[in-house]
Amino acid sequence: MFDFLEGYDLLGAFWVTVQLTVLSGIGSLVLGTVLAAMRVSPVPLMRSFGTVYVNVVRNIPLTVIIVFSSLGLADVFGMTLGAADDFEAKYFRLAVFGLSAYTAAFVCEAVRSGINTVPVGQAEAARAIGLSFTQVLSNVVLPQAFRSVVGPLTNVLIALTKNTTVAAAIGVAEAALLMKEMIENEAQLVLISAIFAFGFVVLTLPTGLILGWVGKRVAVKR
Amino acid sequence: MSGVSVTKDAEDTVPTADLVVLSNVNKHFGALHVLQDIDLTIARGEVVVVIGPSGSGKSTLCRTINRLETVDSGSISIDGKPLPHEGKELARLRADVGMVFQSFNLFAHKTVLENVTLGQTKVRKADKKAAETKARALLDRVGVGAQADKYPAQLSGGQQQRVAIARALAMDPKVMLFDEPTSALDPEMINEVLEVMQQLARDGMTMVVVTHEMGFARSAANRVVFMADGKIVEEASPEEFFSNPRSDRAKDFLSKILHH
Repeated sequence: MFDFLEGYDLLGAFWVTVQLTVLSGIGSLVLGTVLAAMRVSPVPLMRSFGTVYVNVVRNIPLTVIIVFSSLGLADVFGMTLGAADDFEAKYFRLAVFGLSAYTAAFVCEAVRSGINTVPVGQAEAARAIGLSFTQVLSNVVLPQAFRSVVGPLTNVLIALTKNTTVAAAIGVAEAALLMKEMIENEAQLVLISAIFAFGFVVLTLPTGLILGWVGKRVAVKR
Repeated sequence: MSGVSVTKDAEDTVPTADLVVLSNVNKHFGALHVLQDIDLTIARGEVVVVIGPSGSGKSTLCRTINRLETVDSGSISIDGKPLPHEGKELARLRADVGMVFQSFNLFAHKTVLENVTLGQTKVRKADKKAAETKARALLDRVGVGAQADKYPAQLSGGQQQRVAIARALAMDPKVMLFDEPTSALDPEMINEVLEVMQQLARDGMTMVVVTHEMGFARSAANRVVFMADGKIVEEASPEEFFSNPRSDRAKDFLSKILHH
């Protein structure tokens, strides 16, 4: 029944999906946290930059962002992310760039909602002992904010895992591109779809369960 | 002749006697004029208790001293230096001004010990060992040494407030501000906090205390400042203020709180 799978590197394709997810996850977490810090900073210019970024980026379809990374940034402006000659690496990196930039907007809003759950007295007490704005944020506010938004961030991570399929649009050899190729070559349409659906559930379901447990463990008691 | 010069030398070596000086301070919250032409000078080693009805601006006054609240006009200086704008300078100054809040505000994700070492290591750049030694000594001094490894939520209100005092003392502040430190406490826990504060006062700490504890005002204050409607209505020694208030507003206030 599964004879048609022969000759296809299923695991290899899903491994690329995992790499896209992990790298974009780290990238968007860093960028999203910086954006959230900007959105709560006392400097008006930083606040407006954060607001504009979030509202522009989250309202553009991911496909447009990924295609723009490839056609716009790479082909027109020559941004090759250090892999001008290696096509595979170049488009993989561009996909990570696009996914990080897009997901950061959602991470930013999740983190910002976490910052809003931290009582204002926590930041006041931190300022009162002489900590600077960045010290208050990194030592007192953000650690508590992150603990309260493990759930929302898990949603973002699961959405990101599934969004990596858009990278197929610029030819990154991840799961969705292989699925498209198999559907074109084989007759087992339902089975192929089921196999790939199952593959994504295998990736995302444990993510949700583990992070759900982590969220309960690290919750701040008040 | 020589006597005069000795006195003068002594004055030169001792820093200015006035530690905190507020002059002509005004602040509005929207249409509400919460601080109206406040002039207040606090001398080194002095314990000033600020009392008054709710909404009279006493908490706001306390919070302006380390610029947790900005003022609209007037000037505030600490140890001869005017309060700087938000930034590194202000952070440095705040490290010298200890603050204790009504709602304790201990860092909820850190243990008691970490609460007391954070400022020492991040602001004073003390090494971890030295900071912990000092933190444990301070926690012992306020009587919560046994709770060092617990989280704030595991402590009673009185214990949390004493940790908050230790956290402020860890910075070796020049002056301590207390913003209604016992108002959120169960009655049986008020005394344990007041005793720590009384000890501090005896040790010569400069203190500004906003409180409703008249007993503390009588026993520990050098001076009582009575505020109403955003103004300082009366300033006097505690004996004089409680036995012989001059203003009608103060007489009215005292008649309402002391006749139980």
